[in-house]
Order: sequence, then structure tokens, then C-alpha cells
Amino acid sequence: MLRRGLVFAAVLAGLWALWEAYRAFGVAVSLTWPFEVNDRTMPHIHDMIGQLFEPSRRNGPLLIEVLGKAALFTAKEAAVGFALGASVGFLIAVALVHSTLLQRGLLPYIVASQTIPILAIAPMVVVWLGGRGLPGWFSVSVIAAYLTFFPVAINALRGLQSADPRAHELMSSYAASRWTVLWKLRVPASLPYLFSAFKIAATACVVGAIIGELPASIQDGLGGAILNFNQYYASSPESLWATNIIAALLGIAFFLLIVVTEKLVVRRAPEHFV
Amino acid sequence: MNEQAAVVSLKSVTKDFQRGGVRALQEIDLEVRPREFISLIGPSGCGKSTLLRIVGDLVPPTSGEVVVNGKQAHQARLDRDYGIVFQDAVLYDWRTVAKNIALPLEMLDWDRARRSQRVREMVELVELGGFEDHYPWQLSGGMQQRVSIARALAFDPPLLLMDEPFGALDEMTRERMNMELLRIWQESGSTIVFVTHSIAEAVFLSTRVVVMSPRPGRITGIVDIDLPQPRNTDTREQERFFELVTEVRELLRTGDRSGEELPA
Repeated sequence: MLRRGLVFAAVLAGLWALWEAYRAFGVAVSLTWPFEVNDRTMPHIHDMIGQLFEPSRRNGPLLIEVLGKAALFTAKEAAVGFALGASVGFLIAVALVHSTLLQRGLLPYIVASQTIPILAIAPMVVVWLGGRGLPGWFSVSVIAAYLTFFPVAINALRGLQSADPRAHELMSSYAASRWTVLWKLRVPASLPYLFSAFKIAATACVVGAIIGELPASIQDGLGGAILNFNQYYASSPESLWATNIIAALLGIAFFLLIVVTEKLVVRRAPEHFV
Repeated sequence: MNEQAAVVSLKSVTKDFQRGGVRALQEIDLEVRPREFISLIGPSGCGKSTLLRIVGDLVPPTSGEVVVNGKQAHQARLDRDYGIVFQDAVLYDWRTVAKNIALPLEMLDWDRARRSQRVREMVELVELGGFEDHYPWQLSGGMQQRVSIARALAFDPPLLLMDEPFGALDEMTRERMNMELLRIWQESGSTIVFVTHSIAEAVFLSTRVVVMSPRPGRITGIVDIDLPQPRNTDTREQERFFELVTEVRELLRTGDRSGEELPA
């Protein structure tokens, strides 16, 4: 555990050093390719972090407070989106695993659903759900769910099919019902696959929530903050960078939550852990 | 022995595999009586594993009649009249030893107290005390197979089907498992149908050895194993043991028209 922490710190320090070294080099030789290096294109990392503890506007709260609130808001959208998407994805997989016909008929459309850019779908979701008396952020959750359900459905399908044929024969020898086979064999066997999917989905739902805020015109989340600071990039590039750091931390937090849950839930031979 | 008493009764069972039109089994007639230990032996491809699965209603026969415990094989499966052991232990990775053994008991809706009582007895029977809370990957191959046997016997089925259960084990472990199986067979009083391609194993364990030939699988002959019970390590050194081994080997040779390599 200590070793892991040290490695993590070393990698972080290395990346930091790399950024600053490239920056120093670029400034020293007046690099123009691929882009000019200066305080605007590559702010100091300590300035980005420092910016978090500056007031977000004159006499306003600190930037980190503003971003913290925005991150919590986006986290709520992402979490609801994750729950929604993971449930739908799992149910789709359960349906597909029991019907080859459905699998053949439906799977191509599920794959196709992901080739449509989310920015093309988002406005329609907002229009459809906006007038239903649902809070605005719920539309964003649905958009996040759209990115979440796919990896879950595909991996869950594979996981539900992953049990050994002998393990299924054993179930047949007990005259087990489909329902029993599902709960006692298919689902437990699918857990490692499911958690791999959850890890992908955990980061995807955060991205989905941030992007979804843009067409939904929601100002309270990280998407809104990114849009806002993007406009002031020329005068204060550190604010946008700082926002990106918070967004990344949110994604990492979601990911780690899944990793911890997996360790608690999945009882497997050590080599089966990803 | 009248028909009613037979645990397994096969009448002209034939199995064709649709793919390639291969005839796997042809006109198999066999009766297994209560408390018998029957081995099916033959070279690879003689359909012995398929025959076992037909008895277990895991594979349907193309034609013929399969009666298990006095009912159609399908009904016998629905009534959980047999336990099965595969070549690999087929334990569920996410369950402990105790929970793997309890699996069929959960299917039968036994309550928790009754389950754990039974699991304790089974753990004792297969001598795995202290390993109840281990996961399958923490056990050796021999121990895993013992769990698998305990699971198959946990609900006290009248019939135990075993598909080369010790095929993946080393010779030493295998001989020890053979001894254990005989002890378990005597203590549990069940009837066993055992698939193997080891002649020595078949002769050592069985009351009768059914010799099969390949393509299509037919019964070449049945050898009564009249070695005294209970059998022990000395059994393998008796004159009669070698005679019987030779008898089985010769039956295998006559049945094996394709001239395939014989098992040792």
C-alpha cells in the first residue's frame, strides 16, 4: 500500500516535472511548433492550483468553493446517469442472453446507437424531457446514461455467457430454472466483466454529464463552469485549467469508487483482478 | 434382478450427432443394479461420456429407452435423482468450499440450519475439515475434486454419475482418491456409474466393467469384477486383479477395430 502510494506520488511528480520542463524549454528557445509556449498556452501548474484558492470574482467565494459545488452538482447528474445506464445496460444483457433472436436483431442497433455523437442526441433529450416537469439536471443524467449503458450491456452480455458449459450442465442436473441459473451462475460469473464495464462507464458518465450540461444550458455544473471560463481564457487561463483538474478528479473519484466496490464484492482468484 | 429394481436401465439406446451424421452410440443395452459400481471404459470417442450424459438427461438419445430410478430419465432429472461429478471439479469460484457443497441444497430449498448440518457431514465424509471457508482456487486439484464429490452426494441422490473424475490428477493422488471413493461409496450406499479410460482404475473400483468400442460406440463385453470387498492397496497386487486387467484389455483390443492406441 505504501509502495503504491510512493509510485503514485512519483508518477505525479514526474508528470509535473515534464510539464514544467517542456514549458521552460519552449520559453527558452521561443518554440512556435506545434504551438507557442507561454503563460497563456501552458500556465504553471502551481498557478493553476493557486488559482483554486483565489476569489472566483471580485469579493466572491474562492474558486475551489465554486468548483466544488459545481462538481457535486455534476456528480449527482453523473451518479443518477450511471445508475440508470448500468441498470438498463444490465437488463438489456439479461434479455439478450436468453434470446439468440433478440441478440441477432437488437445488437447491431445497440452498437449503432453509440456511433451517433452525443451532441446530436442531447438537444432532443432536453426537448423531450424538459417539458415533463422533470428537473433540468435529469435530462443531463439521461444523456450520461446513454454513454453508460453501452459498455455495461456489451460486457454484461459477455459475462453472463462466460460460465463454463460444465457449470451449466451442473445446473441442468439440478433441474434449475432459468431464473436460478441467472442468479446462481450467470450473474456471479459475470461480475468481473461487469466491473470492467463499470470502470469504463464510471468515467464515461462523468464526461457525459459535463457534455450534457452544454445543450441543456445548465449553469450549475462543471460543464457550465468550463463554458464560462472558456470565455475568459485570454485573461485567466488558469481558471479553465483548474476546472479541468477538478473535472478529472471527479472522474477519478468515480473510478476509485468502483474499484473499491469491486474489491468488496467480487471474490476471485487474485490473478482475476484487473 | 427384476426391472423395477434397476437404478439405470438402457434399452437399445442410439445416439447420432446431427453434425456430420456421426453415430456416437449404437444399440446400447445395460442395467445397473442398486449399490453397483459400474465403470464404462473405452478409447476416446467411444461415446462413454455421451452415454453418461444420456443417463443424466443432459443429452437426449436419438432413439431407445432410458429409465432411471424407475422413471423416464427426464423425470429423474427433475426429481434430482442423481449427482454428477465432472473431470474438472466445476466448482463455483465465488463460493467457498462449504457454499459449493451447499449449492444443490439451496436448489432443494433446504433451510439454513439443515444445510449447514449436512455440509458439516459432507466435509467430514470427504475429509476436508478446516477448509470450509477456503475458496476453490486455494485448494489442490485433489481437494477440489473431493469438494465436487461432496457436492454431488450432499442431497443423498440414489445415483452418482462420474465422468473421468480423476483424469486430471496425478497417479499418486488418483490412487488415493480411488481409495476414498470406495470408502465413500460404501458409507453412502449409492450406486455409481463411472467413466474412465484407465483399465486399472476401472478394475480396482468396480463391481462390473463395461467395455466399449469406438465409432459407433457399442458394448463389447461386460466383465464381472469378483475381487473381494472391501478393496485396499493389496487388491492391486493380487493375481486375480492382473487377470481381470488382462481380460478387460483384451476386450478393448477386440473391440477396437480402428487399431487406435490403447490406454495404459
